[in-house]
Amino acid sequence: MNPLTPPLDVLLNAFPPRYTPVPDPEDEPTARMGFFTDTTLCIGCKACEVACKQWNQLPSDGLDFTGNSYDNTGHLSQSTWRHVAFKERHSEDGTSRWLMMSDVCKHCEEAPCLQACPTGSLIYNEFGDVYLQNDICNGCGYCVVACPFGVLGRSDEDGHAHKCTMCYDRQSDGMEPACAKVCPTNSIQFGPVEELREQAKKRVEQLQERGRESAYLYGADAFEEYSSLNAFFLLEDHPNHYNLPEQPKHPFKGQGVRYAVGIAAGVALSAVSALFLARED
Amino acid sequence: MPGLGASFGRGAATNYQQDLANSDCILIMGSNMAEAHPVGFRFPLQAKEKGAKLVHVDPRFSRTSALCDLHVPIRAGTDIAFLGGVINYVLTEEKWFKEYVLDYTNAATIIEEGFLDTEDLDGLFSGFQPDRAQYSPSEGHWGYEERGSHQQDRDQGQSRDEARVSEQGPGQEAEPSASPSDESHVQASEIDTSHVREVSEKLDSRGVHGPGLMGGASTHETERGSAVEAPAGEPLQDRTLKHPRCVMQILRRHFSRYTPAMVSEVCGCSEADFLRVAEWLCENSGREKTSAIVYAVGWTQHTTGVQNIRAASILQLLLGNIGRPGGGIMAMRGHTSIQGSTDIPTLYDLLPGYLPQPIVGEDRGGLDDYVRFEGLPTGYWTHTKKFMVSLLKAYYGDAAQPENDFHYDWLPHLDGDYSQLPFFDRMARGEVDGYILFGQNPAGGGPNAGLHRAGLRNLDWLVVHDWFEIESAVFWKDDPTGPPPSEIKTEVFFMPAASIPEKEGTFTNTQRLLQWHDKSVDPPGDCRSDAWYVYQLGKRLKKLYEGSADPKDQPLLNLTWDYDQEWPHPLPDGQPSRIEGEPDIARILQEINGRNLAEVDPATGQPKLVGGFEELREDGSTACGCWIYSGCYPEPNLNRPRQRVRTANPLQPEWGFAWPNNRRVMYNRASADPAGRPWSERKKLISWDEDQQRWVGLDVPDFEPDKPPEYRPSLDCTGMDAIAGNQPFIMKPDGRGWLYAPGKPKDGPLPVHYEPVESPVENALYPHQTIDPTTRFFEGPLNSLAHTPTREFPIVACTFRVTEHYLSGPMSRFNSWLNELMPAMFVELSPELAGEKGIVHGEWATIISARGEIEARALVTRRIRPLNLKGRILHQIGLPFHWGFAGESVGGIANDLTSLVADPNVSMHEAKVFACQIRSGRSRYPAGQPTKNYTPWPQRNPTPDTPPASQPEGHLR
Repeated sequence: MNPLTPPLDVLLNAFPPRYTPVPDPEDEPTARMGFFTDTTLCIGCKACEVACKQWNQLPSDGLDFTGNSYDNTGHLSQSTWRHVAFKERHSEDGTSRWLMMSDVCKHCEEAPCLQACPTGSLIYNEFGDVYLQNDICNGCGYCVVACPFGVLGRSDEDGHAHKCTMCYDRQSDGMEPACAKVCPTNSIQFGPVEELREQAKKRVEQLQERGRESAYLYGADAFEEYSSLNAFFLLEDHPNHYNLPEQPKHPFKGQGVRYAVGIAAGVALSAVSALFLARED
Repeated sequence: MPGLGASFGRGAATNYQQDLANSDCILIMGSNMAEAHPVGFRFPLQAKEKGAKLVHVDPRFSRTSALCDLHVPIRAGTDIAFLGGVINYVLTEEKWFKEYVLDYTNAATIIEEGFLDTEDLDGLFSGFQPDRAQYSPSEGHWGYEERGSHQQDRDQGQSRDEARVSEQGPGQEAEPSASPSDESHVQASEIDTSHVREVSEKLDSRGVHGPGLMGGASTHETERGSAVEAPAGEPLQDRTLKHPRCVMQILRRHFSRYTPAMVSEVCGCSEADFLRVAEWLCENSGREKTSAIVYAVGWTQHTTGVQNIRAASILQLLLGNIGRPGGGIMAMRGHTSIQGSTDIPTLYDLLPGYLPQPIVGEDRGGLDDYVRFEGLPTGYWTHTKKFMVSLLKAYYGDAAQPENDFHYDWLPHLDGDYSQLPFFDRMARGEVDGYILFGQNPAGGGPNAGLHRAGLRNLDWLVVHDWFEIESAVFWKDDPTGPPPSEIKTEVFFMPAASIPEKEGTFTNTQRLLQWHDKSVDPPGDCRSDAWYVYQLGKRLKKLYEGSADPKDQPLLNLTWDYDQEWPHPLPDGQPSRIEGEPDIARILQEINGRNLAEVDPATGQPKLVGGFEELREDGSTACGCWIYSGCYPEPNLNRPRQRVRTANPLQPEWGFAWPNNRRVMYNRASADPAGRPWSERKKLISWDEDQQRWVGLDVPDFEPDKPPEYRPSLDCTGMDAIAGNQPFIMKPDGRGWLYAPGKPKDGPLPVHYEPVESPVENALYPHQTIDPTTRFFEGPLNSLAHTPTREFPIVACTFRVTEHYLSGPMSRFNSWLNELMPAMFVELSPELAGEKGIVHGEWATIISARGEIEARALVTRRIRPLNLKGRILHQIGLPFHWGFAGESVGGIANDLTSLVADPNVSMHEAKVFACQIRSGRSRYPAGQPTKNYTPWPQRNPTPDTPPASQPEGHLR
């Protein structure tokens, strides 16, 4: 067979998933831990942001007045692992709503950052959380672009990528993450993901019974093209208003096809150019 | 809190914060609870989860409003108009709680003939003395109609201060009377009175406690107002409520103007929104349900502050919400222990436990005279002498003996008004030499901060004991509006202070709960706790005067000052403490708890600790540093504020210690009906148990535990015997909640809507009386005012707090983790106003008031909406008061714009509303440079005993 024109399935098999995303439950006695962030209880106090920075000794991002409502830290980054988004929604009849949401790394069930990492720095730890071992991070930044939520960033201080560890060190000592610990209204809840999902679904039903029909869960179940999230949210408006993608895209899904098309296109171009070259001869 | 004190008897929040979770409707007004008290706000949220309605009435749509079911925007400074409207609604729609009101309030009490309401006098009550800008309650006949002589009637309800002044005045000779209650007056007129009058006039404005210390965000309010009314005998009542002079009829007439249309015109809210609030409150009150009201400094920092709270008290009494679970009035305090700082006061005119400071010349007869003046013949204040003698024994130990009147004469006596505002006013005129500041930042947080800085510049010396070099410590070099340092003579000493985990002690929070905190680590370097500093200062002063025989030095030399502890004492981790000379705080708390000097505890060899204030005696056999705290340390090893025991009782009585006597809900006798049965199973708290013949329930009864509901006193009863079994407000001489407050507050027995001192709007309710007639002014070049109605300053400004910063920023603007969240001074304004003035979102704007101008970044938002006052469009702006010229982030000082005026009761300023103008662009006085370099990592010390690889994640490099 001509090695330049392989059948498509062989090509696809040449790029298997780099590893099994979720460890076998048999091998994993501890439940996966996650966050359920209920935005209907968030009062926008930003205690989670400060507690996160203090516990993890992250630097302040600078003194920039953004004018973007009460949000002056802007987005998640290498040095901001919890970020409270503020969105003012005003209607003409004089009623106002102020959406507040504490954003965090989603600790995706099938995490593209981890798949993109060439050094194995990003792993699933024993709590099922996506953990970045920054001592073996080579600073390539692939994870930064792979994340569809813009969670990761690379620090200019040390050249490594950084993100939420779900307070791995605290969890190892039997404590809950700092952000969940300080949240005064239980907007941030921490626990085994399965339990949190059950709880969250009940919460949505409860809210809808009370007439808050727009309440729904974001990331508790898998998206069309994306896995479910271990840090999921209860929202009351379109995800875009919370700076979240409506349907996150997995950069590696359909990758095989894209590679195949690319190679095929290359081959075709080579063939065409070979033809031209042959003619010129 | 004279508002609460005058209404219920004690000047403190009636319920505990956790109890808000039991409410069926919560009205948050004058408070930005979610931002200023985020941790406590979980309880309103819990109530909401259980189906309660949350309402926020506030000029701005804040984070609190975002979480409430309804936000009603109103014009700043119109709270009484709004609440008056609700009261009127309750009365006209007959929604008041009949049984409760009839028995537990003074609704049926008949007021003296001659009392004239604001309805009669077009915005004034009877008894107004225009020359002194004061009311004379006695001339105005504010008192109760009594059985007995006319003179006795006259004296009723009038304040003792007032009585003492007016009696000496021309034509005000006190008529001798056979009534025992008049004895003191007779005596007062027998002595030389000229001096009394002079001092009393100086103290006209007394009442009177320093305004909020830190940025004014605290309220110093006491129940003194209630403590000085003279009661005697049984007031006349008409239980049919038909008598034209009964309180209910006066109330109906007084509030009849406050119609929904009027509320809408004055406040600028829609009638529909107003009615919804009124309906929700009424629907959620009664036997089965209770509503709560939450306020903070948004109510107190007005010239009508006390009356705002009075209006809320009247409403809650009419709806039957006081003394019951899920009801009450929560006064949110601006500071961790601001309740504690009024209980054991940092105020100039109070002694611990709300005992008034003696006054020069008023007590020639010594202690007995004091007790006659300040005590009451009926109700709990009959015990005044026990508390005072025990306090003197705690202060002066063995030197205080019955034969020397327990050295009552050693107590400092007042000869003037030393509250903060008048004091700084004097300081600015160069009349004060030195000042010591603990945890206070007047240079940035005082109302009209510019005047406060002018005061500091006129001192010879100033000691600032704080964590950082705050505005008050660097005003001499970094104030962009001030003169060069070479022209300032003040010598400033900065003493570094220890932070909370570096010292032990108690906090007394908003719900009167004492909570002990342990010391975790030693403070770094030369930092020392406030207690260390004061204790060492005292020791050095005592040494300085050692051996002196001068009588004036004796109080200092004999002062109990023995809190030494063994050194080095161990820290929690077992290491010895490095700090020498730290006083033994537990010993101080034991002194506050009190001891029985006649009995020795065999375990300690020291006098036995008392179990509560019932054990205090007036013969000098007990010593107690603060009677209301008595019982907090009843045994040598039982530090109750340190207890953290969780029990099945939802009131958690073993978590800390709440004064008085660990009661969590005050006046809780009202949680049962007049016969002693719970109003409903759902709202049960305490009730009368026939078998045990006692009050039983979850809480400690705020009542004599074995006084049956049927008990009725005879006319000659005194003390607690004069309080009937169906009278829950035991601190009140008549045992009832006061819808109508005779005698106090000083600006009227009922709340009246007056415009703020600076307002662009006329008073629509009382066109002939624009502002509160009893307001005190301190006008001068540094404190000019734009009097109502002002045209020059057509915009209403209010100041507010955000979660990210603390008060004037002395604790938060030195920390980059907090600064990055709110990095610059800003002004919130509506798009309409921004459009009118050409102000661009995110750019600079300059705000100008009669006192000065500041610049701020414009935050243009629809959360602020222009108000429509009957066709007139009125703009409001909001200014956070967190910035100053010291620290890592600097910005305009909102308090440079606020004015220095004082309400007549507590000398409270009016920082929550003033008139201003706004333009685009920067100010003539741009904020200077930060005094502290920006450090992205506020603390970056490696975690001890941890390998480098296990250091915190962000510990880069």
